[in-house]
Amino acid sequence: MAVQMPVAAIAGLAAVNFGFRVAGPVFRRRFTIPPRAERVLSSAAAVMLLSLAATSALTQGHGFAGWARPAGVAVAGILAIRRVPFPVVVIAAALVTALLRLAGIP
Amino acid sequence: MSPAQRTLYRDIALVCLADAVVGASFGATATAGGLPAWVPIAMSLFTFAGGAQIAAVTIVLAGGGPVAAVAAGGLLNSRLLPYGFTVADITGTGPWYRRLLGVHFTTDEAVAFAMGQRTDRDRRFAFWATGITLFALWNVATVAGTIAGTMIKNTGAFGLDATFPAVMLALALPTVTDRRTGAAAGTGAAAAVALTPVLPAGLPVLVSLGGLAWLWRGRRDKAAPTAAGAASPGNGGHD
Repeated sequence: MAVQMPVAAIAGLAAVNFGFRVAGPVFRRRFTIPPRAERVLSSAAAVMLLSLAATSALTQGHGFAGWARPAGVAVAGILAIRRVPFPVVVIAAALVTALLRLAGIP
Repeated sequence: MSPAQRTLYRDIALVCLADAVVGASFGATATAGGLPAWVPIAMSLFTFAGGAQIAAVTIVLAGGGPVAAVAAGGLLNSRLLPYGFTVADITGTGPWYRRLLGVHFTTDEAVAFAMGQRTDRDRRFAFWATGITLFALWNVATVAGTIAGTMIKNTGAFGLDATFPAVMLALALPTVTDRRTGAAAGTGAAAAVALTPVLPAGLPVLVSLGGLAWLWRGRRDKAAPTAAGAASPGNGGHD
């Protein structure tokens, strides 16, 4: 399996992140972010996170990932809603998925 | 040390330990998926933003292109922009190397702990304590994860592939704070899943942003042009 992540992509992501972080200290005297823009950005992050969660839970390549993974992620979601500590949420996802696979569910 | 400081130390330590679990899972999943160990290690050092790192690697492991990976990771971290303004009084002063580190340590956790303090001195202290602890733990955990990831041969048996979507779901749920955002995220996620079989990897997640149209539903009369104009300075940062 030839998975690649070019150096340019790693540097690009680091640069984009640094740009977002440095803008505040640099420009704070010249302008402020409109609250409306801030809300749109925060909603955009919510949309992306949920889409990434859904696609990476349900699909593998261009097809269905099998039942074990989405089941583990669903359990994690329920625990997250109940405000269970983060490490427990993550470990529960892996554990449920692993146990289902052990039981023969792919 | 005052009792309040002791509580703060404990809270910071607990949050950073929780993040370390995610960092280890990041390193393990990236290497188990076929990436060389230096990739997640370099990302943790230089990007130092969990959500963006995981988003980018998820897209790359699914076969998506580097542009889609950087776009998704970058957009996810656009929230760092308002954070930068929030803690600018802490990160914008002192010698250049301290400002540079302060900027790099700007994370959800450091900003949240800093904002939770009453005096400027406590804010500064909470920011730096969180930033330094998190940076150290996050990177050590990533390295430990890459070692585990290269040793584990059958990652499926350990359910490792369920950890990334679980992390992103746990991050997403608290950000859905109102019905419009919920509708936008639900529609976007459904569209992304439906389009995954037909679109090249990485694109469905970007297409899901179309769900944001919900934000303007029912207030097109006057709010839409203002909002579109207001959004442009923030979006300019992605180029």
